[in-house]
Amino acid sequence: MNREGRGATAPVTPLTPAPETFTGNRALDLEEGLIFEVGRPEVSGVDLPEPKGTAHRLGGLKRAAAPELPGLSEPEAMRHYVRLSRMNYGIDSGLFPLGSCTMKHNPRLNEKMARLEGFADVHPLQPLSTVQGALELMGELSRYLLALTGMAAVALPPKAGAHGELTGMMAIKAAHLAKGSTRHIVLVPESAHGTNPATAALIGYQVKAIPARPDGTVDAQTVRDALTPEVAALMLTNPNTCGLFERDIVEIAAAVHEAGAYFYCDGANFNAILGKVRVADLGVDAMHINLHKTFSTPHGGGGPGAGPVVLSPALAPFAPVPALVARDGTLTLVEEKGAAGAEQALGRMSAFHGQMGMFVRALAWMLSHGADGMRQASEDAVLSANYVRASLMDLMTAPFAERPAMHEALFDDTWLAGTGISTLDVAKALIDEGYHPMTVYFPLVVHGAMLIEPTESESKASLDLFIGALRDLAMAAKAGDKERFLGAPHYAPRRRLDETRAARTPVLRWVKPAPLSEAAE
Amino acid sequence: MRYLPLTAEDRAEMLARVGVPSIDALFADIPADKRTAALPDLPPAQGEMEVERALSRLSARNVVAGAVPFFLGAGAYRHHVPATVDHLIQRSEFLTSYTPYQPEIAQGTLQYLFEFQTQVAELTGMEVANASMYDGSTAAAEAVLMAHRITKRRKAVLAGNLHPHYRATIETISHYADDAVEALPPSPEGGEDLISAIDGATSCVVVQSPDVFGNLVDLKPIAEAAHAVGALLVAVFTETVSLGLVEPPGAQGADIVVGEGQSLGNALNFGGPYVGLFATRQKYVRQMPGRLAGETVDAEGRRGFVLTLSTREQHIRREKATSNICTNSGLCALAFTIHLTLLGQQGFTRLATLNHEAACDLADRLQAVKGVSVLNATFFNEFTVRLPVPAAEVVEKLAARGILAGVPYSRLAPGAGLNDLLLVAATEVTTPEDRAAYAAALAEALA
Repeated sequence: MNREGRGATAPVTPLTPAPETFTGNRALDLEEGLIFEVGRPEVSGVDLPEPKGTAHRLGGLKRAAAPELPGLSEPEAMRHYVRLSRMNYGIDSGLFPLGSCTMKHNPRLNEKMARLEGFADVHPLQPLSTVQGALELMGELSRYLLALTGMAAVALPPKAGAHGELTGMMAIKAAHLAKGSTRHIVLVPESAHGTNPATAALIGYQVKAIPARPDGTVDAQTVRDALTPEVAALMLTNPNTCGLFERDIVEIAAAVHEAGAYFYCDGANFNAILGKVRVADLGVDAMHINLHKTFSTPHGGGGPGAGPVVLSPALAPFAPVPALVARDGTLTLVEEKGAAGAEQALGRMSAFHGQMGMFVRALAWMLSHGADGMRQASEDAVLSANYVRASLMDLMTAPFAERPAMHEALFDDTWLAGTGISTLDVAKALIDEGYHPMTVYFPLVVHGAMLIEPTESESKASLDLFIGALRDLAMAAKAGDKERFLGAPHYAPRRRLDETRAARTPVLRWVKPAPLSEAAE
Repeated sequence: MRYLPLTAEDRAEMLARVGVPSIDALFADIPADKRTAALPDLPPAQGEMEVERALSRLSARNVVAGAVPFFLGAGAYRHHVPATVDHLIQRSEFLTSYTPYQPEIAQGTLQYLFEFQTQVAELTGMEVANASMYDGSTAAAEAVLMAHRITKRRKAVLAGNLHPHYRATIETISHYADDAVEALPPSPEGGEDLISAIDGATSCVVVQSPDVFGNLVDLKPIAEAAHAVGALLVAVFTETVSLGLVEPPGAQGADIVVGEGQSLGNALNFGGPYVGLFATRQKYVRQMPGRLAGETVDAEGRRGFVLTLSTREQHIRREKATSNICTNSGLCALAFTIHLTLLGQQGFTRLATLNHEAACDLADRLQAVKGVSVLNATFFNEFTVRLPVPAAEVVEKLAARGILAGVPYSRLAPGAGLNDLLLVAATEVTTPEDRAAYAAALAEALA
């Protein structure tokens, strides 16, 4: 090999402690100031034509002082955001086992499809004759969601899971009001997501908690006992937040209906049962589907999501507007409550028709997987969760392990007893190992809960390495290696952040530092 | 299947480790008579090429806004978004991350949210802003609920010129929460008397400016009247770019400001996803809905950011939370903040000026068409024209000629009896040629 011009192998010198750098950077770990510190108001990264100077027609409401906004040239902006992005962990970085969040692979085909001009560059209020393809896409998505759930109708407008819950619970309230019923209690298991009780309370329901059985599921008899004539609905997550399928669900649904109430199912964990069971067959009246979980529209650092709600025949008439209707071979939107096709509609959840960009991505995911691929995805997600649990059982403690897990493996903190190490410390130590932590301290019914959802997107090698990391951490914890945990994370862009300080003296925006002369006064 | 890494051999080994004979054993808790063996109504898996072909076919059946002279607004606006924005929001570390629950590995998201909050507060003239809501309409509904919490009253007064979809969104949640709403009838030419609708039971007055007809509203006297009886002013805007030229609601006495942020960084997307902006006074921050990023330090004393004041939120407070919102519009907020950072103060002001000038030019051209009258005394980039015939018919006629002419008010509010009104918007992307073509086509359509 020609090594001309290259130095010989560098001599090995003894390691010295890493020196401080002038910039605060550490090679590829680059610090970045706020735009308010690096930008200037007179700089712009957008070249716009010169205005003509037309007399304005703003009356007396012309802005007196321009907003104080820093600008960055295009190269500066590119660098600012690229540097920020490098301080983030995403699914594309590595395994992201955040239980109940379903962080699966986000195919880039779906991004490309959502950006097709015929979907992205179309206004929601264009004449319906000019958007037939967009409406057909919504119809096709609806067809898939109904085939997967067996339900009578689907409302596409809700913009996220909690918004879907709100829509479903409003449909339930509308159905009761239509019967002249003023039932005011909603039953919610203690293990539920916080959005469930928050949603019920938002529309005036009194929330009554129901306890779980020792095996983590809800007991039909407990529900039956709680079903007084004031109960409007039961909100139940299935598979539940402990990662278990509610075995008594059919019996529970029957009891709910017999008592004149409705059954709301939280569909956050739909990924476990995709194509394996239709929720209509279980007696569900309403369920939201998080397209950003099960159908892989990206989470985007906290949205946007989409939360269509499927409805039973009893609730279908109350679906919100706009409603998609086929008439004489063309598709139309019924946009006004009370109009033909929406006579009993519960109202409107938001402006326009829902998260079209997410609909395109979700449908692309479904078309790609097909009937066989969706069932396989669900099976692989469940198998991977059970594999993780089985591989850690001897070192960590898993409640309810006598039951098959669905798509999540749940551990408690019994195995940490006496080590001085908490669930949070384990989570932070996982960061040092190159993983996003699992969901911690949820569900609330399990002490020091660690909820691991590997999804179907991991190879066996990836799962084995993750299992290896957790096994090593478990052994280190038991061996008393506290420093590995209490100081963690050691290698992240930041060490542990002071959340108490942030809440006690909230700094929620950048404020221009006072000039030195004023500060001195 | 290209997205599933496990092989048949992997699956067999994994089942062995779990200690079950087959995958079916893991689904044993599903009642046997309810399990489905297949999905007969759905087709099998497809490759990228087939999926792309199928979706492109649907896409091609829509008229693309950018391909024709285009004048729609009414809550969603077509602006030019720099290429940098869409590139950056597709960075894996932004696109495929989650809500920043683990701040040590989410500083990128948390810092841009902190920057976004500051920009929104500055634009609206308010003290604090949150990390985004779903969209402008749901932000408006949340503002009403927040005003009820602060004032301990339960009646909202809605201006008649509030976008009808926003009005319906507020009315829907209020109906199911047993709160009262008094919505005034529309006044297309502006100058409605809101003040006489405010009384001691009013928790808030919700006013949009520019309103749905495009009129600018002087919020100061309304704020004063509201404050005189202990009520709050909720100010709404649907076009963020207007804040480059129009006095911000915060300088006019608003207590809560909400708006649609789609105009910056985000495409029309047939209605979503968009990004709701939400700002208020510091003293009300603990009654605010939604996520908040705040500054703090790490164990080594370095500046860092976290989600904070989460005791307001559903995952901590459950039924006592200020809202049920969880997922919001993180990536759309990122697009918004990148676009605004690229513009900067000068760019943003210039963008607003170009929008206003385009609309002024269009208003003059349409006013010159026989039978057409522009209603507005003031406007930003959108105004209303009265036509001698129903606006929906004209819009259909012009669509057939390849011009998307605006939004008939009757599309937003079919029962209002204002069938002759057409809402028309012009932005920096409309060309003088587009505007001339529109005026000519309108004249022919009305001839």
